[in-house]
Amino acid sequence: MMFDFLVDLTGSPILAGTIQSLLPLFLFILPFALFAVYLERKVSAHMQDRLGPMRTGWHGWIQTVADILKLIQKEDIVATDNDKFLFNLAPIVVFVGSYAAFAAIPFSSMFIGTEMDLGIFYIVAVTGLVVAGILMAGWASNNKYSLLGSMRSVAQIISYEIPTILVMLSIVMISGTMSLHTLSEQQTGYAWNWYIFGGPGSELSKFLFIPSMVVGFVIIYISTLAEVNRTPFDIPEAESELVSGYHTEYSGMKFAMFFLAEYANMFAVSAIVVALFLGGYQSPIGYLGDLIGAKWMIPIEQFSWFTIKGVFFVFVQMWLRWTLPRLRVDQLMAVSWKYLIPIAFVNLIIIGLITLL
Amino acid sequence: MKEYFGNIYSALATIFIGMKITFKHMFVPSVTIQYPDVKPQLPERERNRLYVNMDDCIGCDQCSRACPVSCIEIETTKSLPGEDLGKTSNGKKKALWVTNFTIDFAKCCYCQLCVFPCPTDCIYMTDVYEFSEWDRDKLIYDFATLTPDERQEKRDNLAKFNAEKEAEKLKAASEPKPEIKKDQSEEK
Repeated sequence: MMFDFLVDLTGSPILAGTIQSLLPLFLFILPFALFAVYLERKVSAHMQDRLGPMRTGWHGWIQTVADILKLIQKEDIVATDNDKFLFNLAPIVVFVGSYAAFAAIPFSSMFIGTEMDLGIFYIVAVTGLVVAGILMAGWASNNKYSLLGSMRSVAQIISYEIPTILVMLSIVMISGTMSLHTLSEQQTGYAWNWYIFGGPGSELSKFLFIPSMVVGFVIIYISTLAEVNRTPFDIPEAESELVSGYHTEYSGMKFAMFFLAEYANMFAVSAIVVALFLGGYQSPIGYLGDLIGAKWMIPIEQFSWFTIKGVFFVFVQMWLRWTLPRLRVDQLMAVSWKYLIPIAFVNLIIIGLITLL
Repeated sequence: MKEYFGNIYSALATIFIGMKITFKHMFVPSVTIQYPDVKPQLPERERNRLYVNMDDCIGCDQCSRACPVSCIEIETTKSLPGEDLGKTSNGKKKALWVTNFTIDFAKCCYCQLCVFPCPTDCIYMTDVYEFSEWDRDKLIYDFATLTPDERQEKRDNLAKFNAEKEAEKLKAASEPKPEIKKDQSEEK
């Protein structure tokens, strides 16, 4: 595994742990955020028959680098009536919350932060920290729009956590494990072993699972979309009502940290959906490394499969964003409490009954 | 109950309809015009920066008088009897040196009123509309073709010619002066 390799390389478990904890940030999240911001602009532009950034580099490909340089140069404004301590702490808490989730996400069979047995549970718990950070930002800003935005955000994230967890629970009931690594290993082989197609095996129960799994997939996708505050669930930062919600008062690098956390979160929830339902890092069509007998290629292929799947779902999130208008607050609550939660419950009971068979 | 499932169905169905539309639009050619590289087709009667073809200008000052914001300034100097200034393209004989012809585009309102009175059609609209400057003084365009030295020379020539004429007049006037005075007094 990655950790053992790093211990061999550096000779010190502490150094190895530090390197491994920083790897996803520099190897994955920062490049991904740069790419995702560019993708977002291009997708939105082309969906509206525009071109998007075109002037920095070929088709504007270094636009985000230019934006980051601009954000670094900007003044870091802290208003006099802000609660300084909480105001400065909030972006860090939000970023740590979304970054900590990456510790349990299996990028490939060789590269996973920690192989903890409570992977899903850990992710649900640690992303709860984001809620605290957002509330902190809204409260410390001393601005009515920020406070309203953060209140809405907290209400929304807490309501949508329930259907997410219920669907995760149904997967845990089938697979009997909470470790995302084990879950991904169970879905090995070909695409029909993925949990969206009923999971591994070929008994009757596998085929009975399929409709419930598809319903569960749709529910978890909608509710994770709401958890990362993306359109159509972007009422916490509704531009037309609340300026820009809880990060109205932030500028410069602190704003960039919120931004980075948002894009890291987008990938994190896509990765969870992929790991639970779509085989995680497993290839749908078998590995080239197996075919030509080069075992060392398999983790690299797995990493690319995982990235492709994750980025595809990030793309779908963007696609939805530029398709659907924002929900009203009451509609948002109705979707969660009247539709997603009851359906997720019924789904959970059906899956429980099938597993008893 | 029926309404409940109907809502779920219509929500999902309309989402997919919307997604289909936006996905189609990803492949529709964009309407953006990459402005500095590609210029848009301007309307037929567009009005832009003026140009004066000084070869045809006879210095008649009609454009300056037509201008509602007085942005055209013309100074002309009479030519001496022996000088040949050439002809305009439509056959008019030029009689004046145009020693100063400036248009202040910071003032110009692009009304095109100066274009119509011109007897030789030498002032007209071009298709240039990008001529912003950092310094407002740079928007004062000088169209006169003579160099500053030449302009001064023409002015000096005329002044000299006038002075000579005046001197001649004085000379001529000094002799038959009494007669005229007499006539004048008789008329009185």
